[in-house]
Amino acid sequence: MNPHRRAPLVRLAAFLVYVFLYAPIIGLILYSFNASRTNVTFEGFITSFSENTQMDGSLVVSSPCGPFHWYCDLAKNDDVMAAAGNTLKIAIIATLISTIIGTMSAIALQRYDFKIKPFSQLALYIPIVIPEIVMGIGVLTLFSQLFTWANTAFNLSGDARLSMGIATVTISHIAFMVPFVTLVVQARLQGFDKSFEEAAMDLGANEWTTFRRVTLPMILPGVLSGGLLAFTLSLDDFVITFFTNGPGSTTLPIYVYGLLRRIITPQVNALSTVWILVVFLAVLALHILQNRESKERA
Amino acid sequence: MASEFAVELKDVVKRFITPEGNEMAAVDHVTMQIKNGEFFSMLGSSGCGKTTSLRMIAGFEWPTEGEVCIEGQAMGHTPPFQRKVNTVFQSYALFQHMTIFQNVAFGLEMEGVGESEIKERVGKALDMVQLTGMDRRKPRQLSGGQQQRVALARSLVKTPSVLLLDEPLGALDLKLRKEMQLELKALQQRLGITFIYVTHDQEEALTMSDRIAVMSKGKVQQLATPVEIYERPANKFVADFIGESNFLEGKLKSMSGNAAVVFVPLLNAEVTGLPMNKDLVNGSDVIVSIRPEKIRIVENQSGAGIFKAKVGTAVYIGSNTHLYLDLNGSRLKVMEQNRISSLDPNTFYVKDEEVLFTFPPENTLILKKD
Repeated sequence: MNPHRRAPLVRLAAFLVYVFLYAPIIGLILYSFNASRTNVTFEGFITSFSENTQMDGSLVVSSPCGPFHWYCDLAKNDDVMAAAGNTLKIAIIATLISTIIGTMSAIALQRYDFKIKPFSQLALYIPIVIPEIVMGIGVLTLFSQLFTWANTAFNLSGDARLSMGIATVTISHIAFMVPFVTLVVQARLQGFDKSFEEAAMDLGANEWTTFRRVTLPMILPGVLSGGLLAFTLSLDDFVITFFTNGPGSTTLPIYVYGLLRRIITPQVNALSTVWILVVFLAVLALHILQNRESKERA
Repeated sequence: MASEFAVELKDVVKRFITPEGNEMAAVDHVTMQIKNGEFFSMLGSSGCGKTTSLRMIAGFEWPTEGEVCIEGQAMGHTPPFQRKVNTVFQSYALFQHMTIFQNVAFGLEMEGVGESEIKERVGKALDMVQLTGMDRRKPRQLSGGQQQRVALARSLVKTPSVLLLDEPLGALDLKLRKEMQLELKALQQRLGITFIYVTHDQEEALTMSDRIAVMSKGKVQQLATPVEIYERPANKFVADFIGESNFLEGKLKSMSGNAAVVFVPLLNAEVTGLPMNKDLVNGSDVIVSIRPEKIRIVENQSGAGIFKAKVGTAVYIGSNTHLYLDLNGSRLKVMEQNRISSLDPNTFYVKDEEVLFTFPPENTLILKKD
């Protein structure tokens, strides 16, 4: 038996780490079932069902959905649904595009030698290490300058005027996600023997067929995990989205932030719980993929 | 066929830029003509340019200078997928995400061969390499030797005019390697395809090849049959690289046709041998090269060509005895077959025992000193 396992302090430390990590999340989930509207203290679960919601002061006594009152409430909230829709739309499009660009740049960096290669490699890390707020301000400045110039130069007016919206959020997301995808795919390519590609070409496949039939299937786990990472990053991005969104492009993080400034109802908790679930599933999928990948390599 | 030669390398040079920024010629003015249906080997230690030469034939690299011709046609920058040659890679490079069938079928699919014909030809190819019934497995599920056969089948199913093999047996254990050597040779003779084989293993090259190009430092040192390479090495490098040789320094006294007379200070005598270079100059420094197994230990003889030495070490290795004679401080290796079975101590050599030895002129090679 490993002697360290028995050390009580080590066990305690490990226990505390998990408490710190998960207590807030468990609390957050618990409060999503709170009977109290104000959600300051936990006033117990909503236990009874009724056709219409019945209130006693700030307490919900019974609801059509019972303990899941706030989840039903959430579903009826058009703003939340719109924000969720925006979030998914942006995440899916940005993930697809950044995965393609990220994979292509990873392959290019692996395969070709060019003068500015060290610089390109370094430049990849910069969006990862610089504070997100700097990047947020950067893209905000870029877009507003660009749009002001374009609107006057082409004399755009009305609906044709360029302004912040889903497109600007998506483009900014792509910009900060590409480096993550590239790094993940690069890691997969590290041990990639180029003789596989040479063998395919030797057998008569041209460059494109070689990529489609041999290279891509072999690096697919890396591409998928890069894509999933990008997807989760996009789902919960606040800072960059905050600077680049506009009317009609509110995402969930922006919406929750708006709610918090008014009143914290258990609806926020319900929303967060659903969200945690989605991100958790994505992370789980990522984990399974990476696990399979490491097994394949062994 | 359009040309007598399956593959020709015409004064080919391949230069690389090293990471330090220097230019280096991996292949340095190489000219070879590989005949149709021949088992041709490029032999040399790593970095001698053999693999780069092979890769230029396959089309993975392009020559910096010179020309690679396949069946008489200059290849220029023709990509690999448009050349009628196929490669068996050292790492096999089997597609891990495909089954054995899919691996072997890949090349035919690329040619646009119909489904039923693919099935038939893949089946035949797998039969040929004795992997019948393995078609549904993944490469990972096969042993090294089996994977090697799949790689072979995958290339041969395309019926190439030339098969390129890059140390294909390097990853196998010794016993399997020897088996595969004979199998490959038999396969090549049966199919009549030109094989170009790259190896650093001289025994492998000697076993299988019709002709061998011994390479070093990007240059061809000698291109000849296995027997010629062993018995008549073109220079000291080849004599040293292939098998074992004793080298004695000397001065050329005279030369007449097929006999050269050399004074060897170490023996304090004149030695007659076969000159390996035509342009040897009287009085110049030369090297006398003698294979260990060509030296005979004799008894009760004297006269010219009989020399005396002390036994340094005698190593009994079963079939042979290796004798290291002490020749005034220099070592001379002699290999003797143990033709007589005996436990009698008198039949074995002992240290410091004096022995007489001789080597006939036809077994003595006179090489230029480089």
